[in-house]
Amino acid sequence: MIELQPREIEAQKLYEQWGLSEAEFDKVQELLGRLPNFTETGLFAAMWSEHCAYKNSKPLLKQFPTTGKNILQGPGEGAGIIDIGDGQAVVFKAESHNHPTAVEPYQGAATGVGGIIRDIFSMGARPIAMLDSLHFGSLDDAHTKYLIDQTVAGIGDYGNCIGIPTVGGEMTFEDVYQGNPLMNGMCVGLLDSVQQQKGAAAGAGNLIFYVGAKTGRDGIQGAIFASAEFNDEQESQRSAVQVGDPFAEKMVMEACLDLIENHADILVGIQDMGAAGLVSSSAEMGAKAGFGMDLNLDLVPQREDGMIPYELMLSESQERMLLCIKKGYAAEVIDLFNQYETEAVEIGTVRDDQQYILHQHGEVVADVDVKALVDEAPVYRKPSARPARLDQPSAGFEPDASKLADTLMSVLQQPAIASKESVYRRYDSQVQTNTIVLPGSDAAVIRVRGTNKALAMTTDANPRYLFLDPHQGGQIAVAEAARNIVASGGVPLGITDCLNFGSPEDPEVYYELEQATKGMSEACRQFETPVISGNVSLYNEFNGEAIYPTPMVGMVGLIESLDYVTTQSFKNSGDLLYVVGETKADFNGTEIQKMQTGQIEGQLFDFDLATEAANQQLVQQAIRTGLVNSVHDISEGGLAVAVAESTFDNEIGAQLNVDMPASWLFSETQSRFVVSVPATHQAAFEELTGAQAIGQTGGDQLTITTNDFDMNLDVKTAKKAWKEALAWQMK
Amino acid sequence: MKYAVIRFPGSNCDWDMFYVLRDQLHVEPIFVDYRETELPEDVAAVLVPGGFSYGDYLRSGAIARFAPIMTDVKRFAGEGKPVLGICNGFQILTEARLLPGGLRKNQHLEFVCQQQELFVQNNQTAFSNQFEQGEKVMIPVAHGDGNYYCDESTLQQLKDNHQIVLTYSENPNGSIDDIAGIVNEQGNVMGMMPHPERASEDILGGTDGLRLFQSFVENQQLQK
Repeated sequence: MIELQPREIEAQKLYEQWGLSEAEFDKVQELLGRLPNFTETGLFAAMWSEHCAYKNSKPLLKQFPTTGKNILQGPGEGAGIIDIGDGQAVVFKAESHNHPTAVEPYQGAATGVGGIIRDIFSMGARPIAMLDSLHFGSLDDAHTKYLIDQTVAGIGDYGNCIGIPTVGGEMTFEDVYQGNPLMNGMCVGLLDSVQQQKGAAAGAGNLIFYVGAKTGRDGIQGAIFASAEFNDEQESQRSAVQVGDPFAEKMVMEACLDLIENHADILVGIQDMGAAGLVSSSAEMGAKAGFGMDLNLDLVPQREDGMIPYELMLSESQERMLLCIKKGYAAEVIDLFNQYETEAVEIGTVRDDQQYILHQHGEVVADVDVKALVDEAPVYRKPSARPARLDQPSAGFEPDASKLADTLMSVLQQPAIASKESVYRRYDSQVQTNTIVLPGSDAAVIRVRGTNKALAMTTDANPRYLFLDPHQGGQIAVAEAARNIVASGGVPLGITDCLNFGSPEDPEVYYELEQATKGMSEACRQFETPVISGNVSLYNEFNGEAIYPTPMVGMVGLIESLDYVTTQSFKNSGDLLYVVGETKADFNGTEIQKMQTGQIEGQLFDFDLATEAANQQLVQQAIRTGLVNSVHDISEGGLAVAVAESTFDNEIGAQLNVDMPASWLFSETQSRFVVSVPATHQAAFEELTGAQAIGQTGGDQLTITTNDFDMNLDVKTAKKAWKEALAWQMK
Repeated sequence: MKYAVIRFPGSNCDWDMFYVLRDQLHVEPIFVDYRETELPEDVAAVLVPGGFSYGDYLRSGAIARFAPIMTDVKRFAGEGKPVLGICNGFQILTEARLLPGGLRKNQHLEFVCQQQELFVQNNQTAFSNQFEQGEKVMIPVAHGDGNYYCDESTLQQLKDNHQIVLTYSENPNGSIDDIAGIVNEQGNVMGMMPHPERASEDILGGTDGLRLFQSFVENQQLQK
């Protein structure tokens, strides 16, 4: 890499290659009062990228509710924090690693996991669970199968090795993700609130420590790379992907947690070196506290020779953290990290002004105001235009359910519906021995050891609904997450999100972003689940085609007593079956529409937040009063799929008699649950919910009678097909 | 008496083992760092937990066998005292030659984490005396390198000496003769791929694993 002179940068518009517009470059000049040099141009390009500065999404993110009575930390730190009582708090955040995963799926996914874990332990919390949300192209494409296999391997190998259980997630398959798959990871941690850390570097003379792995040339420009669209030349961008080492991260994690737990008095601040590596972590720590710093780049541990400042500052080498330590305690920190066979190196000091100054080989190589770098990034409200497809929906779709049993069998084998066991069995979901509801349920449940409480957690997005109606789809994403938490016995606490969209320069994409975030905000207010952390991933396009709007919602709920933990499986024969919530002819955007027409089209069905909240309340009460034996959220595939899934675990069949056309069994009307209730609680349950029984559990068959067509399926046969379908289609 | 849980860099089931010993078996667990050269004096049993010691780089367990503490673990085993290695612990014990054979990559090359049905092939060991002979038990597995292998003559020895303690009813990794867990010739060192510490509480889905620990804990208490 040749370091151009300032005049050459200006003349050749090098900054444009790094994602800075001419106007932005002019603003940098204005802030500095001179032309930036090569290194400085690189610092601004990274810090002002969408990935670091949220310059296109900030005005929209402001809609989100971010505070609440139990919220200890909202967005702005490594992760958000929510009080769960007894002096403990839950910490969580989600992050996308879409572009690296598209180019190098194994390392892209692995380092996505590594990065989000660092965000959690940098807050002083011990990571207790990982979840993911994956969206790929259709399974008829060989490259897609390779991407899936390697992404799953990358997630598994990292989490398995570091010893954090991967307990939940979701996976969808749609052509729009073929060239731009999505890999979102969520990490949940537990902390004693007193230990909460901030990523700030305050106090002139305090020491800046670099800990963890050495810096190489991997992942340079990763943040910039994540802020541009993909095209067929993506292969050339492979060097922008980092390489993960979960063993190194395990050692760094244990050392950092030891430092935070046992040496809090000498620790001023701690932050992960994530996107835009050393520059973003150090500049953000300084700016947050209002202090500049001097960094001596000669001291940065390097695994390659001849790295220039630009490379050192923008490398996204993994498993690195930045610490601010009180002056005079260098030896203590070095010793502590040595105990964990990890390097800790003092690379700089906090200044008493706001200048951010980099030194190399005895020369100043960058000298900028830290606030300019971090806080002065321009913010854009982009032009927005309602996509034409939303106003000219095609005619409504009516499913054909005349061969009801065959239709259900086919739906059960659709990759989005089929069991994900072949995926999640590659994840260690049990390490730490707290997982009391394993993957494959509405939400995973992790007990809080030493208490009678547990945490329920889930990731949800239904991009098809958002494609047809970004506003209601945004509401539904949050509502469905809440429904999953409630079905598991929990009270929703808050959410994190990954906003995966196309290019904000496209007014129709910007409209989708605007509407989806509006819908999510409304739903978050309804369920009292503030947004405590998150990430934005724009420019998810391939050869000019944007992905479906895909805001992933990661929600955590508190299960206040282990007695409330509820699963979807039928437990006994002779229990009565109910549907809480009304079923309508809602077929656009559904699994059966996709299966029978190959399209997702038409106007999305209506959705009402108040009804959703009311139904969730009823189910919550039924669980808390001990009236139910199982609860399952009715989502993709409708009632038929929800009931079938409930029969599988314990192989207990069911007989249903429903007063509706057979096709309605596949309707995806929201706000519904299928519940099994022991006969002894029939009266109490019906009084509470007003629901009428639609059948009962028992036998080894699933029998459904409707107004037009009937069916009978052997539970074991259906289960086998559902369980093996994904693995078969991956072959 | 204390129950020593050896911690290598990268061990990640160390606390899981600790909690089972303390909270379910009500005995006194103690962590022993891999850099120590001697076990504490009053140790009743040594437990080598699962995880990814040294990242499983080179080969699972291959670097851990050289850790300073292993010399004294060998001395302890040589005195006929109980040593149990689980998952990565099993891999370490074979690499350290405290157990015959070795563990290769799973035949299907994928990591596998799931509930696993096992058969108790020998209930006459210090680690299995709470089971019925031939009993079916459920203990989960979670491993990428669980494919136990040994040569024909070693296998014959294992069979002749009744050293095969646990086998899989449906083999998840391709191990020879469906082997899930074995003991050494003297019967005081056991290695197994399934995780009994994950099957020691009802809330986690079962307690068959707890009985395995009870076997040698109660044995120990009888000897007092």
